[in-house]
Amino acid sequence: MTFRSAVITFPGSNCDRDMADALEKVSGTAPHRVWHGDADLPQDLDFIALPGGFSYGDYLRSGAMAARSPIMQAVIAAAGRGVPVLGVCNGFQVLTESGLLPGALLRNAGMNFVCRDVKLTVENSQSLFTAGYSTGQQIVIPVAHHDGNYFADDATLDRLEGEGRVAFRYAESVNGSARQIAGVLNEGGNVLGMMPHPERMIEAEQGGTDGRALFESAVKALVSA
Amino acid sequence: MKVRVFVSLKNGVLDPQGRAIHHAIEGLGIHGVNDVRAGKMIELDVDDSVTDDQLETMCKQLLANMVIENYRIERLAA
Repeated sequence: MTFRSAVITFPGSNCDRDMADALEKVSGTAPHRVWHGDADLPQDLDFIALPGGFSYGDYLRSGAMAARSPIMQAVIAAAGRGVPVLGVCNGFQVLTESGLLPGALLRNAGMNFVCRDVKLTVENSQSLFTAGYSTGQQIVIPVAHHDGNYFADDATLDRLEGEGRVAFRYAESVNGSARQIAGVLNEGGNVLGMMPHPERMIEAEQGGTDGRALFESAVKALVSA
Repeated sequence: MKVRVFVSLKNGVLDPQGRAIHHAIEGLGIHGVNDVRAGKMIELDVDDSVTDDQLETMCKQLLANMVIENYRIERLAA
């Protein structure tokens, strides 16, 4: 079974090749590469990835311009049909700006760009992205961001927690995120946004393989669907 | 017509930039500044045909992120 995925590239994306590489290595099939100005996605996609970077130079707000680009209308429609969508780092910012995920990502509380490996706790291992982990498992994944400080009002945070939509939590202090949230799921469980970069932990040469299970989970979810 | 849109963080939203500016002001030796909040001002030159509703739409859908920010529209006399 072929895993049909797409990686969206915005002007200023810089993790799109890493994302494409990770998807190809794990699924065995190279993803489609889609440009932000395209109006349509390839047919019958199994997975859409919004990569990290600095789309549109982070003008106005991180992810704000990308969220209004032509291809995002197609991504929003696909997400509505249940297609899995993963947004990493700037991709997470694009997902909150586009309204696919609640909350917003503010400047890091310490004002500094944080670029290092961080410990995460897997909070929900039931999603199609996280089924390859176990709940409570600690993993190490790198972060590299300036605007990763997750914010939502208390009612939203309570709802996310209550519905098991916090996928990953920082196990250490990183950026001031509300309740140490590192990654959240949408209501349907088919959209995941996270600041850490799982695509940078796919093979031992990268310093670890803790990100691999995320992509394996998505591939497995398709094959067993 | 010139229109200015002022975008500011909502109360309760942490503003690390404002805090850093506050520290820098103290570094100037000036005391008595109790708090600093940083925002942005966006100036637009618009035709008279642009309606108030359209300005509100611009603010709500793009210029401000309503999760974390407020906006205020100011029309400047021509």
